Amino acid sequence: MANKVTAAKEFIKGLWDQNPVFKQVLGMCPVLAVTVSAENGIAMALATTFVLVFSSFVVSIIKNWIPSQVRIAAYILIIATFVTIVDLVMKAQFPALSKALGPFIPLIIVNCLILGRQEAFASKNSVGRAVLDALGMGTGFLIALFLLGATRELFGTGMILGFQIMPEVYEPWLIMILPAGAFLTLGLMMGFFNSYSEKKKAEERNTIVEKYRQAKRQAETKPLEAN
Amino acid sequence: MKTIIHMLVTLSVIGVISGGVLSQLSGWADPLIAEHRQRETEAAIFEVQPEAKKYEKVEDLAFDLYKVTDEEGNELGYALPYEGNGFQGKIRLMVGVTNDLGKVVGLRVLEQVETPGLGTKIVTDPSDKANPEWFPGQFNGVITSPLITVVKNAKPSKDSEIMAITGATISSKAVVDIINSGIKELRSLKGEAN
Repeated sequence: MANKVTAAKEFIKGLWDQNPVFKQVLGMCPVLAVTVSAENGIAMALATTFVLVFSSFVVSIIKNWIPSQVRIAAYILIIATFVTIVDLVMKAQFPALSKALGPFIPLIIVNCLILGRQEAFASKNSVGRAVLDALGMGTGFLIALFLLGATRELFGTGMILGFQIMPEVYEPWLIMILPAGAFLTLGLMMGFFNSYSEKKKAEERNTIVEKYRQAKRQAETKPLEAN
Repeated sequence: MKTIIHMLVTLSVIGVISGGVLSQLSGWADPLIAEHRQRETEAAIFEVQPEAKKYEKVEDLAFDLYKVTDEEGNELGYALPYEGNGFQGKIRLMVGVTNDLGKVVGLRVLEQVETPGLGTKIVTDPSDKANPEWFPGQFNGVITSPLITVVKNAKPSKDSEIMAITGATISSKAVVDIINSGIKELRSLKGEAN
């Protein structure tokens, strides 16, 4: 079944059609909590992508040896290993970043995006496809977190990635960097993106209906012309 | 029975492999992490005691305390890492005090998880472009006796007063309380020594 999809599509679907944040609504805890700035969003998404790619890789290799009764426990063990690796490496090499992301790195373990992809995809597909899928999902997650973080940072502090964007007179909206701002931004973004894709779908439907009607009309008028 | 053994073996093998990998990695990472922490503490000590050139840890205490000296070895005061509860979680501070504990000479926030944009102003206040570190800066030269106090919406009128951050009174007060209790601890220690 999955082989009908080309490898490129396996990657691209995570960016938009099945975007983990806007379409699948997975991994909301880090999405809402760490996106106070674009930089934090990027770092969180990169850490999550790393864990996602490597766990998908390992899970898709050993998928046939894991008894189905303990598969979730096995996935969690594998995920936890990679998360601990990320946590330790970050603490050792990027202490400032690891401080900013605080308790959210260990929480990647229970990010349902990662477990969800293992269960739904990596455990059923070949290694290459699993890695492509993980890369796509990770990139989609990165896009979403960057958009959210940048929007909140822009309105909440007037800056993006530490560069002043808004004019000096701009009074930052504090609410945007408070938890409430995360919900507001996410809700508005989701509504905007979904209404856009709904509109697109409706347009597509209309063109198909229109085509059908035209064909029908032609079919009806033809016999008359023949006379 | 066969599946049970299969389950046990699978999980054990995964566990052993992951444990092995992680212990290797932590052997590499732990000294680096400890080094970062050490360097951070050192930087904080010299920041809260700007005139200090050397420091040494005071041994045999229930908490950490550093005695700082200038080049000739004259005692300048102490740098005390101390922690307490903030608005949402722990706040860890490094406080620099004079030798007689009468005056704070510097303050640095080592760790905090206060509300972004409000409580985080105890570290820096991005809305105040000219002096983003006005809050911790206030503690330079503040008199510690009998207690440091917080005033709201007003300029401090006494040498022992600190102006609270608008919208983050609890965080402001938490910082002051931590300093007060840290100094109290030091006082009782000095009292014992005399």
